Amino acid sequence: MAKRRVVLTFPQELTERPITYHLVKDYDLAINILKAKITPGEEGKLVLELSNGSPEKIDEGLDFLEKQGVIVQPLSKEIVLEEEECIHCGACTAVCTSGALRLDPQTARLVFDREKCIVCELCVPACTMRVIKVMF
Amino acid sequence: MGITRSYQEINEKIKAGKVVVLTAEEVVAMAKDEGPEKVLEKVDVVTTGTFGAMCSSGAFLNFGHGDPPIKMAKVWLNDVPAYAGLAAVDAYLGATELSESRGLEYGGAHVIEDLVAGKKIKLKAIGFGTDCYPRTTIETWITINDLNQVYLFNPRNAYQNYCVAVNSTGRTYHTYMGTLLPNYGNATYTTSGELSPLLCDPHYRTIGVGTRIFLGGGVGYVAWEGTQHNPAQRRDENGVPLTNAGTIAVIGDLRGMNRKYLRAAIFHNYGTSLYVGLGIPIPLLDEEIVRTVVLCNEELKATVYDYGVQQRARPALGVVSYAELRSGKIELNGKVIPTAPLSSLEKARSIATELKEWIINGQFYLTEPVASLPWRDGVKPLREEV
Repeated sequence: MAKRRVVLTFPQELTERPITYHLVKDYDLAINILKAKITPGEEGKLVLELSNGSPEKIDEGLDFLEKQGVIVQPLSKEIVLEEEECIHCGACTAVCTSGALRLDPQTARLVFDREKCIVCELCVPACTMRVIKVMF
Repeated sequence: MGITRSYQEINEKIKAGKVVVLTAEEVVAMAKDEGPEKVLEKVDVVTTGTFGAMCSSGAFLNFGHGDPPIKMAKVWLNDVPAYAGLAAVDAYLGATELSESRGLEYGGAHVIEDLVAGKKIKLKAIGFGTDCYPRTTIETWITINDLNQVYLFNPRNAYQNYCVAVNSTGRTYHTYMGTLLPNYGNATYTTSGELSPLLCDPHYRTIGVGTRIFLGGGVGYVAWEGTQHNPAQRRDENGVPLTNAGTIAVIGDLRGMNRKYLRAAIFHNYGTSLYVGLGIPIPLLDEEIVRTVVLCNEELKATVYDYGVQQRARPALGVVSYAELRSGKIELNGKVIPTAPLSSLEKARSIATELKEWIINGQFYLTEPVASLPWRDGVKPLREEV
């Protein structure tokens, strides 16, 4: 299954049109909304994970978005954990709703699954040791 | 009548290299397999451990005298104020005191961690000048090795059990119990369960004034009852408190400690605190001590409180076991709530294991308390008079 994470910026005039709907209907893409901030009449941001059997379908869908005036950028931000400074308290797991940060039930050590991370950044202030950072 | 053993007997076995020590987790497993009678027969000492944020912590420091000397009236360490209303060059630095230049991002706890790490610390002090202490200002750099005395004195550590925190409101709360998501989005707890020192000795039979302990990676002592020590809290059928009850004040030389077991923390929108590694050995003197030491996470419970209610008396919503809390979710009034700890089980285990090794290697002997922790009723609220 091909997968891609993108940041979409919707200019003001596009925020009231059902554009992502076409990704599903016309390009057969499964979309998972990781983050959304769209207010009608203002610029909007949408972070999506797109998946489909073929990477070409994803390319076509993204081409369509760009033709509509949506700015498409790869999701390049990522969460970085400074492991040797971590005390494995678990405070970050309290806010990690995607399940990317969890304590191993056997070792009680923090495990970070980058694949599951949606870069919501809630763990950054939740970490009392300040060892979780966002990298661009 | 079951077996009994004394502190002297245990210490003689340590000296002879024959002492049998298990961690609290190991002894819980042994009791399940072989029963508590075998535990009492085979094991001399059980080690416990906890590594949690303990705000009521701090250090006494003596700087030595400059020339000409100064009676320090106000003291700052890396811009963090320390209390100097003592003799000329004595001060007390509290873990939650905040930096005057960096605010919530750096506090007394960080200065303590930096001292332990051997870093240089900026010392600034002012005095008003006296005939015996003419100087009025001093600014210099110090390290832990420059100090005459530097010891932790933590007025309240190692809480015997604690609350589980949830948030019933529609907004996120940033608390000393971590980030509490709205609408019961999560529940946080902060005790090492069956490894927790005061849960392993619920009636303070072996933990008292003078008990030698593992503190911050070094050796410390129980100095006194802790502030807000409250043995009269609600207890279950085993006599174990269902929420925060007893506490201890502890003391220990900062010079023997290390960053592995002493770390500064920042709680978002709350301030700084100190993660303190603390382990206490429990001598298995008789069957009654064994009975409570082998209580497992399924049997140890904590009370859930609504931290969304900004009042002294937060509503209690229910009681859950540490086994449930560790499972990753609890069920509360029909709602399933994900759970997360704030104290490190990984570190608690390594503290109990390290203390066990110290005892087995003959580096650490047990002490009989010189006075018991008091048994008194309740904690008084602050009455406000107009």
